[in-house]
Amino acid sequence: VIAATTRTRVTINGEPCEFLCEPRQSLLECLRDILGLTGTKEGCNDGNCGACTVLLDGRIVNSCLVLGVEVEGARVVTIEGVAEGVTLHPLQRAFLEQAALQCGFCTAGLIVAAKALLDVEPHPSETDIRRALANNLCRCTGYDKVVRAVQQAVREMAQ
Amino acid sequence: VTASVIGTRPLRHDGIDKVTGRALYGADVRMPRLLHGHVVRSPHAHARILSIDATRALALPGVKAVISAADFPEDVQPVAGAGVEPLAYLRDNILASHKALYKGHAVAAIAATSPHIAAQAAELVEVRYEVLPTVLTGLEAMRSGAPRLHDDLRTKEPGEPVGALSNVAKHVHHAWGDVDAGFAEAAVVVERSFDTATVHQGYIEPHNATAVWNHDDRILIWCSTQGAFGVRDVTARVLDVPISRVTVYPMEIGGGFGGKLRVYLEPVAALLSRKAGCPVKIVMSRADVFEGTGPAPASHVDLKIGARDDGRITAAQASLIYEAGAFPGAMVGLGALCVFAAYDIPNIAIEGFDVVVNKPSTAAYRAPGAPNAAFATETVLDEIAERLALDPIELRLLNIAREGTRRADGVPHGRIGGVEVLEAMRRHLHYRTPLGRPYRGRGIALGYWINEGHPSCCSITPNADGTATLLEGSVDIGGTRTSIAMQAAEVLGIPAEHVRPIVADTDSIGFTDSTGGSRTTFATGWAACAAADDLLRQMKAFLTRIWRVESIVFDRGVFRCGEHRATFAETCARIAKDGAAIVGRGAVDPTGVGASLAGCIVDVEVDPETGHTTVLRVTSVQDAGRAIHPSYVEGQMQGGTVQGIGWALNEQYCVSRQGAMLNSTLLDYCIPTALDLPMIETEIVEVPNPGHPFGVRGVGEASIVPPPAAVANAIYHAIGVRMTRLPMTPQAVVERLGILGPTTRAEGAAATEPVASPQRSFAECFQGIPTR
Repeated sequence: VIAATTRTRVTINGEPCEFLCEPRQSLLECLRDILGLTGTKEGCNDGNCGACTVLLDGRIVNSCLVLGVEVEGARVVTIEGVAEGVTLHPLQRAFLEQAALQCGFCTAGLIVAAKALLDVEPHPSETDIRRALANNLCRCTGYDKVVRAVQQAVREMAQ
Repeated sequence: VTASVIGTRPLRHDGIDKVTGRALYGADVRMPRLLHGHVVRSPHAHARILSIDATRALALPGVKAVISAADFPEDVQPVAGAGVEPLAYLRDNILASHKALYKGHAVAAIAATSPHIAAQAAELVEVRYEVLPTVLTGLEAMRSGAPRLHDDLRTKEPGEPVGALSNVAKHVHHAWGDVDAGFAEAAVVVERSFDTATVHQGYIEPHNATAVWNHDDRILIWCSTQGAFGVRDVTARVLDVPISRVTVYPMEIGGGFGGKLRVYLEPVAALLSRKAGCPVKIVMSRADVFEGTGPAPASHVDLKIGARDDGRITAAQASLIYEAGAFPGAMVGLGALCVFAAYDIPNIAIEGFDVVVNKPSTAAYRAPGAPNAAFATETVLDEIAERLALDPIELRLLNIAREGTRRADGVPHGRIGGVEVLEAMRRHLHYRTPLGRPYRGRGIALGYWINEGHPSCCSITPNADGTATLLEGSVDIGGTRTSIAMQAAEVLGIPAEHVRPIVADTDSIGFTDSTGGSRTTFATGWAACAAADDLLRQMKAFLTRIWRVESIVFDRGVFRCGEHRATFAETCARIAKDGAAIVGRGAVDPTGVGASLAGCIVDVEVDPETGHTTVLRVTSVQDAGRAIHPSYVEGQMQGGTVQGIGWALNEQYCVSRQGAMLNSTLLDYCIPTALDLPMIETEIVEVPNPGHPFGVRGVGEASIVPPPAAVANAIYHAIGVRMTRLPMTPQAVVERLGILGPTTRAEGAAATEPVASPQRSFAECFQGIPTR
């Protein structure tokens, strides 16, 4: 039985928007398949890889574990909303300059998770960074350059 | 000549798209009337397929098509140049025709208007099976009377076309000298047995494919693959259509490590599209990726090395049994080639067995075959060094292969950097820093990988403003657009940023082999150099005409002849103004492949109560030949090292006695997280490969080879037990320590253990949380 769709109103990357979704559709599906925001990735669809990390009312969530209908009235930030217009966020620039991505598939989730950390902790230790990124699996880099990129962004944002 | 581009660290050309979420990967493909596919998979590891009834599935509203192997064309003609794998096996792994050979084997597929409906319909497809006995380990499968997977499989023996009907698909053999005499001459002989578990490449992006079977019978495919041309050729072959009717548009790829060389979904999506009359997209679930794609083989290795008391190795013998999974192809030949290749050994006997078992059909994984073998070799060498009271690096230096030393297959090594890598390890501050605490240990190991060549093509078009557009056929997994563009830029004397590299579809560039075998920066980079040279030749010919001179030289971005002088950009502008048609073209099939050696130094601390191993410090040293973009060379070394650490400590397929994978989620499979690891130190050694214009060897793979043995050796030096099975989980370590008493295994007893691993405890899945 195909369920009826529900209208959901939400603020995404600062812009109010509304969409129709089935009750069984995850926020990840709504972002990617309904709204066309494909920067958020699906790696496992069970909350274990972190590629679909987004900010929901300022907190990081795996968007595959949130239903679309649950975000009524909420504020969602995705990778597409991290840069300010054409100006990259310091984290995005640092990921580029530190060569902190190889295939780039986990990158969106890592940047959003790192942004959530820096939003609340402007001076994280290496362990703080590793703990904050522990839900975001990256198979290419071994995390070294990822951690260094976050450290670079911390330094730049402190200036 | 000093390079101005090579060896620098420009920003990658595709970087901004990847940090802003704009880069389009295979699953991001959207198009009108797109249907969603779902693959029905066998719940049994070995079963005859008696019937498939899709009536109820087709009755579900939204379901548009159901296919099975019966939808493959009947009388398939062999297509020249489309690979060597037997067509029957190739097709049967894509959709099983009469038998399911592993749990997760594809048996049917559905296209529906939403992924949810397709998944729902999959449960309505009624497949009747006759369940057959399973065989799950190489050793079991080799026994007479073991259940046989294939009715027609005969052992390929060296020099003989066919042997007996068997689960052994291939038997390889290398020998020279007299190993018995060599062992008799040895002062110390160490003989051990090793087992390694099935592991997965673990790329974060699941396999996906979108296909349109057009009304003019062209097939268009958008997918994530390491080899667009491979997908094109295999699709054409299994669907029996001319290659020219298939076009593959390679999307950005979210990791591969060898696992995205094979074709799983593309022909299925194409067949569904033909039946439904709409484009069809299939994206695998994570469980499908674990159960239905190709992991790296589990292995059993018996290995024996003898050495004189001065440390010189006198003889070495190895027997390698690699589990191919359901179809032949465990790449045991590469294991046999690499097992002793790093060393100069006078007497050698190696044999390898490629054995089919009821597990997923294995695929390449970063230096395929080599880590399993090196785990054995490098652990035994550590024991020999200890017995002879020699430094383990010193022992390796005494025996290291050099230019001219023969590999197991009799081929002499070219210029290789074994000595340089070992000396860099010995000099490294890490190697000389005291460990300082009990239960800490340091291990080292060396790894050898052959690297590959194969055809690659590029074309370069100069633009009026002095920039250039570079088309290349290699899929970019980890920054190769930039390492290829940098080589063209170096030849053209322009900045890397002035070359715009484009990964082309299969209609737009000449045949280029897959991104694998560490070949892309080597071979496609060479094609870019050749295209740039061809462009310069044509630009010189153009200037010869307009300057009315005989010969022109090009140096550091400037064409000169007598009084005449023009920069690359000025010449481009003149070409545009005069309307000349110039395109540089490079097509190469390089033979001068340079093998790569990598070393690893690891410090660990082992908790003697829980058996948990914490990795404290890691250094990876590798001969890159020439590092085109050092940051991405370091990245390859770090990534390979960490995959090797995961293979060593965490990762395995836990398989039930019925052949079901028990841990097919990323939570339970346990790939390393950011919290499990320290920084990964790197030292790039540069021993130029004489077979490449800039000395490139290729760096993608060798770094995964040494870590399992380096970690095992570190654990030994921390707590005094030799680990001979991978992974070295806390449970395995406490068992070896004897803490669990009755379950302690005698040395070598592992060989006869059944493969089925107990499902790990919940707590063990969190072993990565560091105690530091």
